[in-house]
Amino acid sequence: MTAKPPASTISITTPSDHELSWSRRFRAPIARVFEALTRPELVRRWLLGPEGWSMPVCEIDLRPGGRYRYVWRRDRDGQEMGMGGVFEEVSAPTHVTFTEVFDEAWYAGHALGRYQLVDEGATTLLVQTMKYESREVRDGVLRSGFEAGIEKSHERLEAIFSE
Amino acid sequence: MKASPVHSSKPARLDALFGALADPTRRAILARLALGEATVSELAEPHRLTQPTISKHLKVLEAAGLISTARDAQRRPRRLEVSALAAADGWFEPFRKLWEARYGALDRVLEEMADGAPPPAMKKAKARRKP
Repeated sequence: MTAKPPASTISITTPSDHELSWSRRFRAPIARVFEALTRPELVRRWLLGPEGWSMPVCEIDLRPGGRYRYVWRRDRDGQEMGMGGVFEEVSAPTHVTFTEVFDEAWYAGHALGRYQLVDEGATTLLVQTMKYESREVRDGVLRSGFEAGIEKSHERLEAIFSE
Repeated sequence: MKASPVHSSKPARLDALFGALADPTRRAILARLALGEATVSELAEPHRLTQPTISKHLKVLEAAGLISTARDAQRRPRRLEVSALAAADGWFEPFRKLWEARYGALDRVLEEMADGAPPPAMKKAKARRKP
């Protein structure tokens, strides 16, 4: 009976055997969600790594052919994990497509990513899709999530929220 | 506890599972079966597909262990194998948790943006932006 739809849970689907798609609704208008997805000073605040990792590098050159680069660093020993890619299509505020390659490949080859935003007025539906080089690669990504420690990251967030 | 076939992580089994879930008609069939068992003709009806086409989809789902055929020899209703579906969901869990954490943080960023008065760093970045 609320005016706004509830903050929805993530819906994960496999549109084809190479792809993975997940979506989530946000309580913000499309322009604001687009900004939060594409401005480096905002992206580094939510594109979290595992617990104990910070994100010292977050560079985004948002234009077709422009590059982006993200680096996460484990504060304890300085170990880094980096990834980056090139933007292909940039069409604010509805979609962005990009390539994604990790420095130390934990999956084979590169992937093609897509942010698609659906304007719902006060809310915005975000659909993220990744297309991998093979089904094996995609299933590996699903299995590992990111790397070990993701659950810790989740717990840390819950700790922040409950403070 | 007895491990389900999916938890044994045989690659062929997983391929069958993900392959089965990759199709929208098959996902719709699973959604229908989540409400209760149904016959082939009952399953075919909302999709305006022929029974042979639906049967083909059902074969894929059955091979993946997602559904089974009940013993009623006449109607042969199909039913959902909930354990297999739960195992598939468990497979997604690390991925889901990562993105739940990230989107939870994104919710906070969006809230702060709504409060107006962007932090100084944001203003500076905006000023630097090319037209």
